[in-house]
Amino acid sequence: MSEELICITCPLGCHLTIERRPDNTLGVSGNRCARGVRYACEELLSPKRMVTATVRICRPFQAEAAACGETGLGSVARLPVRTSQAYPKEGVAGLLADIYRLEVTVPVKRGTVLLADYKGSGIDIIAARSLQV
Amino acid sequence: MKEMYFDAVVIGGGAAGMAAAQELDQAGFSCAIIEREEQLGGILTQCIHNGFGLIEFKEELTGPEFAERVEERLQGTTIRIFTATTVMEMETTADPKLLYCYSAQWGILRLSCRLVVLAMGCRERNRGNIRIPGDRPAGVYTAGLAQRLVNIEGYVPGKDIVIIGSGDIGLIMARRMSWVGCKVHAVVEILPYPSGLTRNIVQCLNDFDIPLYLSHLTTNIIGRDRVEGVEITPIENGALMHEKAFTIPCDTVLLSVGLVPENELSKVAGVELNPMTNGPQVDSMLMTNVPGVFACGNVLHVHDLVDYVVEESRRAGASAAQWLKGRRPQHEARLKVGANVRYVAPGRVDLQADNKIYLRSLIVKNDALLEVKVNSRVVKSQKKSHIQPSEMIELHLSPKDLEAAIGAPDPLVEIAIN
Ligand SMILES: Cc1cc2nc3c(=O)[nH]c(=O)nc-3n(C[C@H](O)[C@H](O)[C@H](O)COP(=O)(O)OP(=O)(O)OC[C@H]3O[C@@H](n4cnc5c(N)ncnc54)[C@H](O)[C@@H]3O)c2cc1C
Ligand code: SF4
Repeated sequence: MSEELICITCPLGCHLTIERRPDNTLGVSGNRCARGVRYACEELLSPKRMVTATVRICRPFQAEAAACGETGLGSVARLPVRTSQAYPKEGVAGLLADIYRLEVTVPVKRGTVLLADYKGSGIDIIAARSLQV
Repeated sequence: MKEMYFDAVVIGGGAAGMAAAQELDQAGFSCAIIEREEQLGGILTQCIHNGFGLIEFKEELTGPEFAERVEERLQGTTIRIFTATTVMEMETTADPKLLYCYSAQWGILRLSCRLVVLAMGCRERNRGNIRIPGDRPAGVYTAGLAQRLVNIEGYVPGKDIVIIGSGDIGLIMARRMSWVGCKVHAVVEILPYPSGLTRNIVQCLNDFDIPLYLSHLTTNIIGRDRVEGVEITPIENGALMHEKAFTIPCDTVLLSVGLVPENELSKVAGVELNPMTNGPQVDSMLMTNVPGVFACGNVLHVHDLVDYVVEESRRAGASAAQWLKGRRPQHEARLKVGANVRYVAPGRVDLQADNKIYLRSLIVKNDALLEVKVNSRVVKSQKKSHIQPSEMIELHLSPKDLEAAIGAPDPLVEIAIN
């Protein structure tokens, strides 16, 4: 019996065919690189997703204006963040809720860890851009 | 009015403009980047999802990270960056060329230069472009505008969403809206296949059980003050099945119906456009019909990967520098679009140099054959395991591949997919 999957590790989107061998291992074909095999195994056994989101930013001198939502149209009001690695799919909703509770004071540097080792997963939430005051 | 001189001026500070400027600077020319927004980075700053940089940086980055990494390469260069400055007009036939800009800092700014690189990116098609009938209520946004509102400005434009068009921006926004707590009820696509990348279908729709209606036309947007729903009509064998039309209630419609290169400025300057790409017609050096005016990135043709944008723009910057040093292509051949090819860019190849060509197919096919003919004789063929219109195809043509064209009067190189 074979299963079809599309590898989503990179934009090439290889069409994978996966055979479940009698010895319980998976045989993968159609991948253009080794990450395709890893993806197929993960997606069938323990699916994970990269999570990207934004968090509220707090500008020390504009706290009052921001509190009333008066940041002005066109200005940067959110800091983009991402997981350092893909996170187990079933936990994404909970992770997002915790990300939305964060607030970051600018300035902030790209790569700053905002939540370390989230729930012991070894995965950090990091800032995806630098922002000046 | 402030006046300044540069050897080269790059219009647009997205990935394309930054990459081209870096090459010009490295070749020793004085160079300026003019960017309308307050910061560099272009469209990337609102694309907070991952999926950028696998080719350029060998790791997967989000849009803002990719932009910052490219911007960091400009540190230590002498490139002059003007942000919050818009190029309004250019005179490109005069020598030096003149650019008139509005700048937040300087007021009117007049730059004179020997060379211009167009890197203005693209803009979204809107409701007017695709003529959806119905009322004109609030709640209809282009997907990219919604992306900017949600990801940068922190506003969520609605709760119950229908997305029209299955382009990548729409798919990415389906996941984004789901992740910020909205309900995405459907993605509606007129074509029988999705126009976005496969992985976005998997990651952005399937993960959230969002239905994708292929071969369906949006026949009405309903609502007086605010959107109340959209009417969707199936298409069967090319005909609208009115009796099978149905309505999906929603308060917000996002349009993801394609991008158009931003060439208003180019047109006024006399730059000829290719009707298939809506971008400038360029030669093997990525130069337009106006001598000394080059183009790269999304203003030239719409790219799906920023990595390709950067690669192309570096090439444009490098050949622009060579042009300033006096290099002109000696032997060029015209590139012709053959069977099943929508477009090729650039429009010419240099018979004595290595050429990189980007093309898009008109068809979805497995085990396709990409064929290059010189004056009707096949000189190169390449197997492609899977092709589709949403994925750009790369092709290299070396002087050896093109040997047959040397000496032929007005040689023609045709690219076809079989
Ligand atoms: C929603 C979306 C999702 C995408 N997803 C991916 C992805 O997952 N992976 C990937 O690799 N690629 C992706 N891309 C593609 C990639 O991001 C773009 O192709 C690339 O960033 C375009 O770069 P550019 O420099 O050509 O254009 P832009 O980034 O649009 O830059 C053009 C710049 O020119 C400026 N400008 C325009 N006119 C003027 C003027 N007259 N004067 C001064 N300045 C001017 C604009 O303000 C803008 O900053 C995505 C694109 C979009 C829109
Ligand atoms: S198999 Fe490799 S090349 Fe193919 S989609 Fe997966 S990661 Fe990309």
